[in-house]
Amino acid sequence: MEEASVQPAHVHAPPEGFLRKHVFSLDHKVIAKQYYGLALVAVFMGMALSWLMRFHLVWPTAKVPGLDILSSAGAPGGIITPEYYLSLLTMHGTLMVFFVLTNAPFAGFGNYFLPIQIGAEDMAFPRFNMMSFWTTLVAFFVLVLAFFIPDGPPTSGWTAYAPLSAVGKDAGPGLGWGQSLWAISIAVFCIGQLLGSLNFIATTLDLRAKGMTFMRMPICTWAWFITSCIGLLAFAVLLPACLLLLLDRMAGTSFFIPSGLVISDRLQNHAGGSPLLWQHLFWFFGHPEVYIAILPAVGIVSHVLITSMRKPMLSAKVLIYSMMSIGFLSWMVWGHHMFVSGMNPFSSLLFSFPTLTITIPATIITLIWLGSLYGANIQITSASLFALGFISMFVSGGVSGFFLAQPSIDIYLHATYFVVGHFHMVMGVAAIFGIFSGTYFWFPKMSGRMMNETLGKLHFWITFVGTYCIFMPFHYLGLVGNIRRYSSFVNDFMAPLMPLHKFISIAAFITGAAQFIFLYNLIHSRFRGKPAPDNPWNATSLEWSIPSPPPWDNFGGKHPVIYHDPYQYGVKGSKGDFVMQDSPEQLTSG
Amino acid sequence: MGKLFAVVLTIIALVSAYPIVVHKYVQPVDISTHGHAIDEQLSDTMAEAGFAFLGAQLLLAFFVWKFSNRKDGSKVTHLPGGAKLMVATAFILVGTEVLALGVLGQKAWADVYFTAPKPDAMQVQVQAGQFAFYFRYPGADGKFAPLHPDKIDEGNGNYFGLDPANDVEARDDIVTAELAIPINREIHLLMHAKDVGHSFYVRELRIQQDFVPGLDLSLHFTATKTGKYEIVCTQLCGLGHYNMKAYLNVLAQEDFDKWLKEKASEQ
Repeated sequence: MEEASVQPAHVHAPPEGFLRKHVFSLDHKVIAKQYYGLALVAVFMGMALSWLMRFHLVWPTAKVPGLDILSSAGAPGGIITPEYYLSLLTMHGTLMVFFVLTNAPFAGFGNYFLPIQIGAEDMAFPRFNMMSFWTTLVAFFVLVLAFFIPDGPPTSGWTAYAPLSAVGKDAGPGLGWGQSLWAISIAVFCIGQLLGSLNFIATTLDLRAKGMTFMRMPICTWAWFITSCIGLLAFAVLLPACLLLLLDRMAGTSFFIPSGLVISDRLQNHAGGSPLLWQHLFWFFGHPEVYIAILPAVGIVSHVLITSMRKPMLSAKVLIYSMMSIGFLSWMVWGHHMFVSGMNPFSSLLFSFPTLTITIPATIITLIWLGSLYGANIQITSASLFALGFISMFVSGGVSGFFLAQPSIDIYLHATYFVVGHFHMVMGVAAIFGIFSGTYFWFPKMSGRMMNETLGKLHFWITFVGTYCIFMPFHYLGLVGNIRRYSSFVNDFMAPLMPLHKFISIAAFITGAAQFIFLYNLIHSRFRGKPAPDNPWNATSLEWSIPSPPPWDNFGGKHPVIYHDPYQYGVKGSKGDFVMQDSPEQLTSG
Repeated sequence: MGKLFAVVLTIIALVSAYPIVVHKYVQPVDISTHGHAIDEQLSDTMAEAGFAFLGAQLLLAFFVWKFSNRKDGSKVTHLPGGAKLMVATAFILVGTEVLALGVLGQKAWADVYFTAPKPDAMQVQVQAGQFAFYFRYPGADGKFAPLHPDKIDEGNGNYFGLDPANDVEARDDIVTAELAIPINREIHLLMHAKDVGHSFYVRELRIQQDFVPGLDLSLHFTATKTGKYEIVCTQLCGLGHYNMKAYLNVLAQEDFDKWLKEKASEQ
């Protein structure tokens, strides 16, 4: 934790030519925008798929105009078939978890701001960085290709449980090439993430500017660093898992397939595999993945909040240690996804306790946020509204975790909409609020223009109320026992729940539509927005010490020297109630 | 606008809690001997989670109401007690409450998983396959005949792959599409997956257990109320997953005996 290196480890020449500048760029800022752009495409695709699902659930026989053009087999005459519903579900989950929640808050914002916040002129390995994005893009295209093949997209859910995902097309539509493309896509995605994680770690360890000790790194830099450590281990397990799945599918191996299975009247030619092996490998990645999605958002939101509150957190150190504890505990809890899987019931107990224990650092983080708000002078902006909304969602999604962490209650709630409500709130909506907050906050730096605040606030209000209208009722459905992943509700006990489902669907259409306000604001502001000053929010960290947008080498050839902790607010500085991290002026209390 | 946030958040928190407080959406009546422990655990957890949910949301709303866009010149202040108070609160409140829940919850879990079925429990085998459940009773000899996957022939009603021509024990096995059981008698359910993963879920029994191909899993429970209840599949198993269901029919002992006799004669 001592003094960091003084000189950047490398210097590369300014990019020349359109391709090098904007396409195959080595500049971490361009790569970050590419990741963000990819996440934006993926999130609108994922949202469209969720609209189709919500539409089909409440109006199962109604036609979706034009859908038969995309898939004549999946939606003959525009009516979604049960198997196509499962395809929509699988693709929605995969796009959102991998290409949105991993890409935007971590690879996107992290790529842009981690090097700047530590005073580096680029990532440690710019070529690796470019490669990670292009690898991820290939993974995206491979996945999307599944929509256009005769077999149809995969139908085994984003969790791809074996043997359903492993035995091939005998098990049903979408489980032929569609499923193989899924496994190839995720394997390739893992490679991109592994390269990215290594790069983040090396950059944080080696490229910190003079005076940038570990504890002087902003909270979001810490979050990206911790996330990259988690990512390095998590994706290193998912990658071989996907390769083994592909071998089972294509080379006749039996890692995940036992003997004696009769599928479509055919005795499968496999023996000796274990479906639980897939579940262990998948969730060994899958649970840390939740933190890969949420920790960067925790960091971003803390960063935004501090600036908006005009005072530091009660303790940035405690917040950082809590994030570390969450990261560490995230390795010991994967089995809580498998309480009813048939693994040894004693293991369930062992997995239950660390899961419940995670509540402690998560509560500390929440209390630090709440306690820090006390006595603050909160500037209400689109960015801070989404940050405050994030806290609310983090709490709502977190408390439902109490239930699912207990094996005895999970017996009843497992695989119901309660689970869907839980993870959408804590991992989906909360992380996306973090992305929104980061976007409204950093857009001026990234583009040199301000976003429209009125549109931003309108976007917030509809999204905040809308997401509660969608996801809170999911919990009620789960309490009644409404099963997830059903393409229609034919059971007697689910029929009375249809009005609630209709309410959710309508809320989803409205909330989804409001995202176009955001998209419009983003694109319009990019070209027509008010020019942004270097430091529009009177913030203290290094990204605000350089022009908006930053030059290609970030600091214009200078080597910043760091004098202070990242959040000197509520003090008397030459520019107001704050002192920048690289300002040599002495601190006097405000 | 901070005040608007506070008002909207307060309304959201109260409206969200309302259906829970008035028990609008609840689990069905429990019909098992172990279920009450799960229900108690659920309601204890609901109380604690509800307290945490409302407490945190209302505190957030209150602070944003009080501390947003304050007039120029108002100095920021800090919470007395600072981070230490927060850490201590988290450890004491959450630590003890949540871990206590964990410890108490083990009892409910143990009722289902750590106690062995009684020796006189009635054994029934359930097979899950795309997209139906089938049940097998051992018949007069009290023995289940071995399964031969290569003999499965659904067209001819041989769902399990029995071989009565060669296996004497298979000749009296009773195969049904409905799970009928006698009331107040412990049932030992032997679970078998024919093709891919499935799950066995009866809400009223507070039972859920996956079928894992290649693993011999079992469940045991005692039903305490007669009636028909839906058995549904909760593990994604393919295009017909949503429609994979069967009925659990809890009968008085004499009705069950009659039913089993009828089914035996139909084989």
